[in-house]
Amino acid sequence: MSRITREEVANLARLARLDLAEAELDEYAKQLEIILESVAKVGEVATADVKPMSHATGLVNIFREDKVETSLDREEILKSAPATEDFRFRVPRILDEE
Amino acid sequence: MSSYSDAINKYDPVLGLETHVELSTKSKMFCGCATDFGAEPNTQTCPTCLGLPGSLPVANKIGIESTIRIGLALNCTIATYSRFARKNYFYPDMPKDFQTSQYDEPLCSNGYLDVLVDTEEGSKNFRVEIERVHLEEDTGKLTHAGGATGRIHGANYSLVDYNRAGIALVEIVTKPVPDTGEYAPLVAKAYVTELRDLLRGLGVSDVRMEEGSLRCDVNLSLTPKGSKTWGTRTETKNVNSLRSVERAIKSEIERQAIELNNGNTIKQETRHFQEDTGTTRSGRSKEVAEEYRYFPEPDLVPIAPDSKWIEELRSQLPEQPSIGRARLAKEWGFTDLEMRDVATLGAVDLIAETISFGASPSAARKWWAGELARKASEDGVDLTVLKISAKDIARIDVLVTEGKLTDKLARQVIEAILIGEGNPDEVIAKRNLAVVSDDSALLPAIKEAIEANPEAAAKIKEGKVQVVGVIVGAVMKKTGGSADAAKVRELVLKTLGS
Amino acid sequence: MSDLTKLSAFELSQQLQAGSVSAEEVTNAHLDRIEELDKKVQSFLHIDKTGALKQAKEVDSKRKEKQKLSKLAGVPLALKDVLTQKDVPTTCGSKILEGWLPPYDSTVVKNLKNAGIVILGKTNMDEFAMGSSTENSAYFSTKNPWDLTKIPGGSSGGSSAAVSAFFAPLSIGTDTGGSIRQPAAVTGIVGAKPTYGGVSRYGLVAFASSLDQAGPFARTVLDCAMLHEVMAGHDPKDSTSINQRVPDVVAAAQMQDVKGMKIGYIKELNGKGWQPGVINRFNESIELLKSMGAEVKEISLPHSIYALATYYLIAPSEASSNLARFDGMRYGLRVDDGNSSAEEVMNKTREKGFGKEVKRRIMIGTYALSSGYYDAYYAQAQKVRALIAQDLTDAFKEVDVLISPTSPTTAWGLGERVNDPMAMYLADLATLPPSLAGIPAMSVPIGLADEDKLPVGLQIIAPFMQDDRMYRVGGAVEASLKSKWNGLLIDQIPTLGGAS
Repeated sequence: MSRITREEVANLARLARLDLAEAELDEYAKQLEIILESVAKVGEVATADVKPMSHATGLVNIFREDKVETSLDREEILKSAPATEDFRFRVPRILDEE
Repeated sequence: MSSYSDAINKYDPVLGLETHVELSTKSKMFCGCATDFGAEPNTQTCPTCLGLPGSLPVANKIGIESTIRIGLALNCTIATYSRFARKNYFYPDMPKDFQTSQYDEPLCSNGYLDVLVDTEEGSKNFRVEIERVHLEEDTGKLTHAGGATGRIHGANYSLVDYNRAGIALVEIVTKPVPDTGEYAPLVAKAYVTELRDLLRGLGVSDVRMEEGSLRCDVNLSLTPKGSKTWGTRTETKNVNSLRSVERAIKSEIERQAIELNNGNTIKQETRHFQEDTGTTRSGRSKEVAEEYRYFPEPDLVPIAPDSKWIEELRSQLPEQPSIGRARLAKEWGFTDLEMRDVATLGAVDLIAETISFGASPSAARKWWAGELARKASEDGVDLTVLKISAKDIARIDVLVTEGKLTDKLARQVIEAILIGEGNPDEVIAKRNLAVVSDDSALLPAIKEAIEANPEAAAKIKEGKVQVVGVIVGAVMKKTGGSADAAKVRELVLKTLGS
Repeated sequence: MSDLTKLSAFELSQQLQAGSVSAEEVTNAHLDRIEELDKKVQSFLHIDKTGALKQAKEVDSKRKEKQKLSKLAGVPLALKDVLTQKDVPTTCGSKILEGWLPPYDSTVVKNLKNAGIVILGKTNMDEFAMGSSTENSAYFSTKNPWDLTKIPGGSSGGSSAAVSAFFAPLSIGTDTGGSIRQPAAVTGIVGAKPTYGGVSRYGLVAFASSLDQAGPFARTVLDCAMLHEVMAGHDPKDSTSINQRVPDVVAAAQMQDVKGMKIGYIKELNGKGWQPGVINRFNESIELLKSMGAEVKEISLPHSIYALATYYLIAPSEASSNLARFDGMRYGLRVDDGNSSAEEVMNKTREKGFGKEVKRRIMIGTYALSSGYYDAYYAQAQKVRALIAQDLTDAFKEVDVLISPTSPTTAWGLGERVNDPMAMYLADLATLPPSLAGIPAMSVPIGLADEDKLPVGLQIIAPFMQDDRMYRVGGAVEASLKSKWNGLLIDQIPTLGGAS
């Protein structure tokens, strides 16, 4: 398996929104390499005709009726917010457009 | 030669459309919160649509059925096994920082929609092939604050209302549409119009582009004539009216042609349509490619529609809009051309509604395809956005038929309604616009007109009744057109004893 | 030790129903013991004295009014801090959720409240349930009441420690890859992971959604079954909840008979590198089951050797997505210097709010789901998962239940494995196959290891929605050992000191 570089760790951290410190990049590079080498063992198994298992119950078609239920009290949800304004969640400026 | 015809002479456009439709289910897609448009901020939220720790989604059955019905109406294959997937990316309007969507197992795939466009060789059919129809959830609504423009750039901070988060959203993606040539903008507009009518006919969405329940992204690339390889495509977002669909494609064709003519390459990027200038601008280019890390949503079990369920849904489909239109044209006595005009304007449903309120088909068409279409075009908006209802138009038509309004007065009433002065009766009362047919109100004006035109009066008295027009005209001028001309004529003749 | 804290939930329930003791007295007895001794064990993150006493008094007044009450009404319980309880802090052992007051009850908590079970407080855990020692808690490490220098297991180490320290007769944990069974084993108590879908996950803060399952801890198999019965059942708020009758685990726990049952011990989960004391106790329990009339034979699960690799791909992948929402925008921690963009605030909040193990797993998951690696890692792991589950399905054609040691070792020393993630992961070796298959499994105490005198657990695995079978075997093993030891294994625990 490929070695994990500092740059790859930095890229993973960027995708995962983690502002890793410089020292952490080296530490994680080492640890991720060991872990990923170990989990790569799944590649040894022959799985040509195997259907991937994403769910454990075998259930399908579980739906709810289209019925309106009571929403939460607005005060209840806003009281835990780091910042609010005009009954909305206040968030820092956004640089990227979607 | 315009830059557009220049472009079309050298290049063949290939277009593609991604349309997002907010379903009109009573509750959200994965929780029981209401979906009312315009509700107070954050009053339609719960642990699930706020993505609170520990919350779980449960799929709304009507949301699933609506998606399948859309797929069936678009001649798609319905999947026998389909899963939701998580699309992972961080954004403050997305409570879980992933969107519950579908990836490689959409509910519906491989369909088509035929649209008619007027060309130089007459009306021509274009088949727009559908790649997929899938179900996902909408995001919350951001308001950008503290900056000068209210736009994202320059704002100091943003406010989030999660009422819209979790509302069922269907995405309809076309395959690339080649061979439309100069008609590319019209084909795109006809496609969205036809799709909108089809969705409304299905009753699955309000399809109000102005409220965002129908939203379009337009993909476009240019291929040099004779070449077999398609060019690099751009994706233009924010195309939120029928008119804008046409304008966005036209301007993007022109822009790309200029770039290519100058020897530049087209950047694969997201662009944004700007209503005011009718052009597209480059979005902030991303230094790194998107990496959405899709994987099957473990919190929602697979959907496995059996043929019985699908056939039941198929049997409930309404007629296709094109068949419906043919039926209506016959019923309303419109020619094919009239009907197609009306359809292009997106006025079929408005006319039907106006008729249901008591107007005659010809009058309904006259107002919507005439006066109101002109207004909408002046303002650069779609007909449905105008602040006048089918009920208002029907009332106006009744008043005209009863002789209580002249056409000229009716136009004034419409003007007033459009600027928010109320319904027809309120406007007539407020502005005193009713046709004057009351003798006592008219007699002073008639007396004045006779005195001002002694020669004509004398001739009338002699029996030369044909001269009466001079005096009637004077009275009409005096009353600002609000008088009933027939009544004036009758009174003038009576006054002069003729 | 006050008498009331010595009693099992079943015994307390009998006394409460007879009116010889009030729920308030029972609750106070446990709260007093916690106050006196939890500074040594550190099993609780939050003690809800007011809420607990209020609940207890409500039960007492209902009883006075002769209202119908459930069997466990008035019995106290400790709740893992990963399940939401309205207006009671829920941190998941993480700084990122410090101060968050959930505006809603999880379904499990709703079921507990409906049954009149008194919730004493929230127990410590590895941050977001990631770990096998509870040392990954952002707040403090919980100690094993058998030896305060040892780990109590994890991730539900606060819950296992609370029950083994007699702070509560019952507690609730969650199990993603062994987080109930391994702590139960190393603290000498009983812990069960129900069938996936048997207990609602609504309000369980997700680590790995396709694996997470809440379940009971207790000092006896019967207590464990009684709590299991209260927690379980269909919940329309959880799409993966199974709409079937809950297996009669309480009756099964009381059968005390395994005659004629076919039991398989797993060939691959009993081998080299395992602690000899663990293997000895396990081999003895095989003999014990035979002596009780069970038919015991070896069963091979060929793909189980890949369970660790499979699990450490699937669980981090799901976690990387589940934990994205902790971004400082809507609740919990926000690190903001007032001058940063939303993206920067998210980056800083997550960097500061998450501990090392959580960040490590988020990055492994992010890697495994990335487009270049998805097929080789995540997709392949899902296929191997299917094969592991198939092995178990095949095995249950031959036997009624499967057994193995719960954990390869007894409790290790605090700090011993914190810098070696792979060594930590090995603790889950035996518990992973049933987790991946979504089937029920439990751990019951089978003695102390010769070399360190620390508890050893027996894992009993049953087929999908046949949770009663494992309780039947567990109850029988417990009954047989109880007569041998003249009491429960937990009765041999050294005293923590204090009044007794």
